[in-house]
Amino acid sequence: MRDTLRETWRFFRETVVLVLKGSRAYYAWCLFLIAIIFVGLFFYLEQHGLGLIATNMNDQVSWGLYIANFTYLVGMAAAAVLLVVPAYVYQFKPIKEIVILGELFAASSIIMAILFVMVDLGRLDRFWHMIPRIGSMNFPQSLLAWDVIVLNGYLLLNLLIPVYLLVKYYYQKPPNWKFILPFILIAIPWAVGIHTVTAFLYNGLAARPFWNASILAPRFLASALCSGPAIMIIIFQVIRKVSDIEIEDRALFKIAEIMAYAMFLNLFLLTAEMFKEYYSNTVHIASFKYLYEGLHGHDQLVPLIWIGTAMNVVAFLLFLVPVTRQRISTMNLGCILIIMGVWVEKGPGFVIPGFVPDPLGEIYEYVPNALEFMVAFGIWATGFLIFTLLLKVAIPIITGKFRYSKFGKETISSFH
Amino acid sequence: MQSKRVTRRELLRNLSLAALAGVSFPLVSCTKEEKEDFLQKHFREMTADEKKRVITKWEQRYQRKYGKKFTISTQEALPNTLWGYGLDLSRCIGCRRCVYACAIENNNSRHNPQLHWIRVIRLKKGTLINLENSEHYYDPGQVPEPGFMYMPVQCQHCENPPCVKVCPVHATWKEPDGLVVVDYNWCIGCRYCIAACPYKGRVFNWAEPNIPPEEVNPEVHYLGNRPRMKCAVDKCTFCIQRIREGRYPACVEACPTGSRKFGNLLDPKSEIRYVIENKRVLRLKEDLNTEPKFYYFFEA
Amino acid sequence: MGRLNLVILLFLTLLGAGDPALAKETSQEFPVPPPPFTEGIYPCSNCHASMEVNLKRRELKEAHDDIVLHHGETMRWCLDCHNARNRDRLRLYNGELIGYEQSYRLCGECHGNVYNDWKAGIHGKRSGYFTEGKRTYLLCAHCHNPHDPKFKPLKPEPPPHRPTDKQHAK
Repeated sequence: MRDTLRETWRFFRETVVLVLKGSRAYYAWCLFLIAIIFVGLFFYLEQHGLGLIATNMNDQVSWGLYIANFTYLVGMAAAAVLLVVPAYVYQFKPIKEIVILGELFAASSIIMAILFVMVDLGRLDRFWHMIPRIGSMNFPQSLLAWDVIVLNGYLLLNLLIPVYLLVKYYYQKPPNWKFILPFILIAIPWAVGIHTVTAFLYNGLAARPFWNASILAPRFLASALCSGPAIMIIIFQVIRKVSDIEIEDRALFKIAEIMAYAMFLNLFLLTAEMFKEYYSNTVHIASFKYLYEGLHGHDQLVPLIWIGTAMNVVAFLLFLVPVTRQRISTMNLGCILIIMGVWVEKGPGFVIPGFVPDPLGEIYEYVPNALEFMVAFGIWATGFLIFTLLLKVAIPIITGKFRYSKFGKETISSFH
Repeated sequence: MQSKRVTRRELLRNLSLAALAGVSFPLVSCTKEEKEDFLQKHFREMTADEKKRVITKWEQRYQRKYGKKFTISTQEALPNTLWGYGLDLSRCIGCRRCVYACAIENNNSRHNPQLHWIRVIRLKKGTLINLENSEHYYDPGQVPEPGFMYMPVQCQHCENPPCVKVCPVHATWKEPDGLVVVDYNWCIGCRYCIAACPYKGRVFNWAEPNIPPEEVNPEVHYLGNRPRMKCAVDKCTFCIQRIREGRYPACVEACPTGSRKFGNLLDPKSEIRYVIENKRVLRLKEDLNTEPKFYYFFEA
Repeated sequence: MGRLNLVILLFLTLLGAGDPALAKETSQEFPVPPPPFTEGIYPCSNCHASMEVNLKRRELKEAHDDIVLHHGETMRWCLDCHNARNRDRLRLYNGELIGYEQSYRLCGECHGNVYNDWKAGIHGKRSGYFTEGKRTYLLCAHCHNPHDPKFKPLKPEPPPHRPTDKQHAK
């Protein structure tokens, strides 16, 4: 027992050293992120002191930039399943090696999503009211209660699996697949679950006709399966540049191909929504009109959503056509377009029209103010920093450079 | 190499100390009051003794803040009671006296943010159900304006309240007498209930409320009009502090044209039952199946 | 035969006197505050007892010239409601004389629907207690000027702050 504790402490200590040593570029990146985090924290404290009046949200549009980002990030996190399925279920070897990185990304993404909810809460000091038994969680009636459970469960899964595997690799012991494989497999429906629950959160509100549509959950999943892998493709290219990990192009192209199908589904569901709204032409078309055309002269979101939709369509075509999909430059272009396009469609293009017009017909055009942007940037920076630090430990373990040695001195070659 | 490593170790040490200081500062700077509030239980889970202590605590706090002696009632629901409200749309002239009487009676924040539990909307005659054509900010010299009708909207105290369904912490619930109430000290400020309400009945204290101390109403109910705190949700409570003593809500008393009616739906001789039986009543957004207890009616 | 008619008439009168609805109306079931008289105007008989009764329909010039009748004025004038020979009373259609504290019965003769609503407690401003036995009523005249009953338009209270008007709490 004492030995295990000593070993664990040594592992921890060595990972801290690993994290603190790096190239100039690494330091610059980390310091850049830390600076943004501090700015975000400063503005958050101002919001915490004044109350949410420091944002531009109000009774008419009571959820804004924070919840928009939350929705997008839950989708990103769910996308890790896209790697797990081919890797473990179909044993597609090129992807198998990078699954751990994908799961670490999912964990960082979920942390960001949880942080966005935390900054949006009016009374964060009362968070303990949500803990079952100790507080009074309204389970199973409240979808937010479900969301808290599934998000935290997903975070635990996506920390448990990679950390378990990495620690086994560190000790050069084979993982006990009988133990870990059930967790890996359960992560697949769980990933679908987190985004379905988040979709149901909105879906269940009869008061908001824009959200009260049955295709919300499928649409969320489709767009999630585009945005998450897109950012991972970019991240993997960065990783394979700065480290010794080999990631085959074939893996990236396979991911891009799956994304093409997901984006097709997303666009198809959008067309289905448009048909229903415009053909039936009830008064509930108001939110849709506000988003895509403008309502009674209010048309702030119109250029944004059309640019976003155009990005999605172009990206879809880039991924569909094999020539453009399998050329790194156009593939990257497609990824960037999808990241931004889906953010528009799932973030402000989803949350804000739900509140316009409000249940009594009022229209308020919400624009986040500087404080909200700074806090949002701070949270994104936090997620990226956490991911960077996790990778800083994970990559040397995967490439074999960071290994346990019985003789007390690990071989830690300088990971530039 | 050696010196570099020392620098890094020092850096690590300095950073951890800074982080520790940063984290412990809010914990240390917590006042005793804030610690007490942090641990306050859910109102429905309090024993009678705990309720008494909490009431005393808040009465003292309010006295210190506003300089008046407060009486916080915890009067429970009366038996055989289901409160219903009636509003005569043929008589409302949109003068908004109910809005401001409510704000004064219920200690609503007056500005930054301005919380109105009642919202009077103006509709063109000939339309009713499509509220998209409503005007909230009408400000003519005189009301009523020809060609328009006025409809005040407040919390409808639904029998199937969507807000109660979605609250993640049970901070809002339906009382036995049909009122939907909020425990302001339990609310975490997630605003899911505001998104869920089809009638815009709920409003949010976006900042610490601003109530002029001379206008504060010290006769309050714990679940009703006691002064709230920042980042809690509140809404019309049908003046729970009045109706459980048999008095009309403030908006009913304020209306100069007598458009507002109130009573016990379970009492066959009540005014609201007479309205429902003898007038033509309608409820807003009935297709959402929320079963509101706010009945609009017209002269039969 | 004549005696039989008398007996039947007596019987019907007794029945009528026992009719609860009728009894309710005649016996002050509605607790109302005193009528909103202008200062010093009542009792009317202070002046009118010594004045000649002029039943001619005309515009008043010597007194009460501040009253402009705007209430069915093409069909009625003052002495259709105010009892000519005793000005302290109002005159119902069947000739019955009532005091001003029961003026709702007079208004109710034409405004029957509203009268029924008022008796049930759903017409007019409510205040105080709503529980049975503690309910209070107001006379019609407390809100409606009997000579010009239609409500005048009011200046509305200010609209709520627009969301874009929001200033930060600091």
